[in-house]
Amino acid sequence: MGNMIKVGMADFNICKAPDAITTLGLGSCVGIALYDANRKIAGLAHIMLPDSQAVKNNSNVAKFADTGIDACIDMMVKNGASRIGLVAKIAGGAQMFAFGSGNDMLRIGERNVIATKAKLKQLGIRILAEDTGNSYGRTIEFYPETGELLIKAVGKPPKKV
Amino acid sequence: MSDFDYSAMDSLQFDVLREIGNIGAGNATTALSQLLHSTKIDMKVPNVELLDFQDLADMIGGAENLIVGILLTLEGEIDGMMMFMMEKESAHHVINILMNRDLEDFESFTEMDLSALNEIGNIIAGAYLSSISTLTNMLITSSVPYMAIDMAGAILSVPAIEFGKVGDKALVIKTQIVEDDIEVSGYFVLIPTLESYSKIMASLGL
Repeated sequence: MGNMIKVGMADFNICKAPDAITTLGLGSCVGIALYDANRKIAGLAHIMLPDSQAVKNNSNVAKFADTGIDACIDMMVKNGASRIGLVAKIAGGAQMFAFGSGNDMLRIGERNVIATKAKLKQLGIRILAEDTGNSYGRTIEFYPETGELLIKAVGKPPKKV
Repeated sequence: MSDFDYSAMDSLQFDVLREIGNIGAGNATTALSQLLHSTKIDMKVPNVELLDFQDLADMIGGAENLIVGILLTLEGEIDGMMMFMMEKESAHHVINILMNRDLEDFESFTEMDLSALNEIGNIIAGAYLSSISTLTNMLITSSVPYMAIDMAGAILSVPAIEFGKVGDKALVIKTQIVEDDIEVSGYFVLIPTLESYSKIMASLGL
């Protein structure tokens, strides 16, 4: 077994098999696992917000769906991955609290997922699997050796996609 | 007024926020001890910290630790959120005391337990907010409480995202309450918007 590389909130990193990469306790944030299956290189981005253009302070590119995915792919390419043929698996984007309607904060998880999908589509990256929405937190682990994404949630059996 | 920059706060401003945490949690602690008919509930000296998003969940046992989070959104002259958090075991302790039950039951929450927890959150958050309202002489109203029981990282992502819109750190006014022989620890986190910070400071003449 390789090492487990941890990615925090508003952060990204990469790993190569046999190492694996994880992010803990995804709530309304979205975890995006990017994968070069030929070279067994994976990237994982943990984004918090949909759009870097919508806020003034956007210096931390890892925070946003649009810039975070780009930055993560750049890092993968620098480390030997190919930009062509990358695939993705995504998880998170939950609505942790059942806010009443009309509250913009309530839809942030959903908006993160929509922005993530739009960005991946724009880059021509296929989404092989997703486990998004609902109202619970998730811990995810990606294994570049097999291309599997393991999703753990409280009170539920772990799920492999 | 929205140009308040909390990464450039001076120690006086930190002290003010600490004092707000002190007064708010002091009231909330009194409310909780009345509710539980306990005189052993104590409050620790509050902390005001600027935390990286990655470190947020470490204050309550790490990203995967199971917690109960009760969130209220603030409206009126101060906008933002406040959150009261307890580790799951602490929440069980509180409920077991309240319901006069066996103190060893940590298995699961009934429907009744959940609504009691929600009400506890409501009462102590209300006590916290009303004291801040008095101190600053500003009107603060809050939403109904929203509750979630889940991993700390997932629950804290909600306030973190609010902070993420304006900066790369979260300002946390954290106060811990402890009941000595049964280890009830609760944490308050007050999350005003940037504009509200300016208003709080201005209301206190800073």
